[in-house]
Amino acid sequence: MKYWDEHMECMDRDTLQEIQYKRLLETVKRVYISVPYYRKKMQENGIIPEDIKSLADIKKLPFTTKQDLRDNYPYGLFAVPMSEIVRIHASSGTTGKPTVVGYTKHDIGIWSEVMARTLVAAGADKHSFVQIAYGYGLFTGGLGVHYGAERIGASVIPISSGNTKRQIQIMVDFGTTVLACTPSYALYLAETMEEMGIDKSQLKLKSGVFGAEPWSENMRKEIESKLNIKAYDIYGLSEIIGPGVSFECEYQCGMHINEDHFLPEIINPETGEVLGEGEYGELVFTTITKEGLPLIRYRTRDITALHYDRCKCGRTLVRMEKVIGRTDDMIIIRGVNVFPSQIESVLLEMGEVEPHYQLIVDRVNNLDVLEVLVEVSERMFSDEVKKLEQLERKISKAIEETLGISVKVRLVEPKTIERSEGKAKRVIDKRKI
Amino acid sequence: MFVKQISVFLENKSGRLAEVTGILGKHNIDISALSIADTTDFGILRLIVNKPDLALQVLKENGFTVSATDVIAIAVEDKPGGLAKVLEILYKKDIGIEYMYAFVGKLSDQALVILKVEKAEDAIKILKENNVKILPAEEVYAL
Repeated sequence: MKYWDEHMECMDRDTLQEIQYKRLLETVKRVYISVPYYRKKMQENGIIPEDIKSLADIKKLPFTTKQDLRDNYPYGLFAVPMSEIVRIHASSGTTGKPTVVGYTKHDIGIWSEVMARTLVAAGADKHSFVQIAYGYGLFTGGLGVHYGAERIGASVIPISSGNTKRQIQIMVDFGTTVLACTPSYALYLAETMEEMGIDKSQLKLKSGVFGAEPWSENMRKEIESKLNIKAYDIYGLSEIIGPGVSFECEYQCGMHINEDHFLPEIINPETGEVLGEGEYGELVFTTITKEGLPLIRYRTRDITALHYDRCKCGRTLVRMEKVIGRTDDMIIIRGVNVFPSQIESVLLEMGEVEPHYQLIVDRVNNLDVLEVLVEVSERMFSDEVKKLEQLERKISKAIEETLGISVKVRLVEPKTIERSEGKAKRVIDKRKI
Repeated sequence: MFVKQISVFLENKSGRLAEVTGILGKHNIDISALSIADTTDFGILRLIVNKPDLALQVLKENGFTVSATDVIAIAVEDKPGGLAKVLEILYKKDIGIEYMYAFVGKLSDQALVILKVEKAEDAIKILKENNVKILPAEEVYAL
């Protein structure tokens, strides 16, 4: 099975754009009527739904931010009565009030469809055993993948996150073929497997769908070789629907956005100006089929670029590049934008460093300093001080060449950087500004 | 002729050294020599023990980064100039010393020294030619 929905995934772009325009207009009308917040915002900007005469007119519409969701906490942006909402999810709320999202029965159907496309593109079908090691609960990862896997008729193993040794035992015993979790957890699983003395040849794993945090090409290589699988990047955010917003095909050349449901734009995060194909900027989505919580021009804070050229897989859906960072996770050090993923790439390219690292940012005498902690592996260890010092210098030089700022590299003992079963905490910012 | 030395990566924080020696003690491993090379951030603990393979294994099991290295153990006359004589032999043959440290002395008239050199095979040959006493591994582990 190559596609889940060949008609929608491979449609010619003119027809797709007609559908997108029709759905966009319906969405704008719906929020104008049903969501006082959007009506007010559009009135302030002097726009009515009829002003949207083409897809390009989307730029006349106001942006929505995470703050807008918080200001309307919990249900203020919902476009249907609560009696029609059949599911509620929420973000963890670590940076403020949680972001609450709601789904109608129809929305859950869309979600299952886009996740079904995602899993099929990663080689899954009804014969697959899909082990879902994303957290279940208010986080959208677990249940999102779950419904998609059920939709294609796979055998679902809803183990949720945690219990690492048990996860591995179940993978071996149940014959898991597709693993779904965060990429850092996939590496942690591989590491624990080695410790348990279980060889990858004992697994039936063929592929994995990994998302919920940014990861590099090198990290992909690590996961693929350590678990002997093909590792697919998937993307999503609860505000738009959850996992399934976009997915990689077998060519792994960017993630196809399910743009018959989610209309993407790339903007300059500073000015809000819409950028062209291939330009890096903030990814913005307008949901064009959702009922419960339709969002207009939602700013994801993720930095990426879009490519419209036809993919070898035959899908016409636009591809977004791997997210290279976030406008909010981006650390600005002495005026330079730094994304943890850039440092991760450097470390992995050195070939002698495990991808366990942490960035500590501090301000000393009014100057930002960046310290990179790197765990010493057996491969890189030497009994001679000068060789370890050379290694530190080599790493810091490579990072400096990439970032253009000086860093201090500190080698630390293995397993001293906190492992995470969810998103890895890569940056500790101690600056008090 | 080589003696197997165990090297351990240690961050400079309190309690780490106690932990290593504790693990060795628990497994009944006897330390006959040790040295620590340190920088501001980390140190390398070098150990000569009676059961190097077991030490390597138990330290790994406890999550330490460990390696085994071949070093040379020599005995020099325990009097002024005793060590200088040996070092001069190596210097003249252009053999650089990576590091060295002394044993906890147990033989009354001799001082025992561990050497890590660049060209180990050559070094052994030269030391033998000059009648420097090289201690066999079994003898060192038993000290």
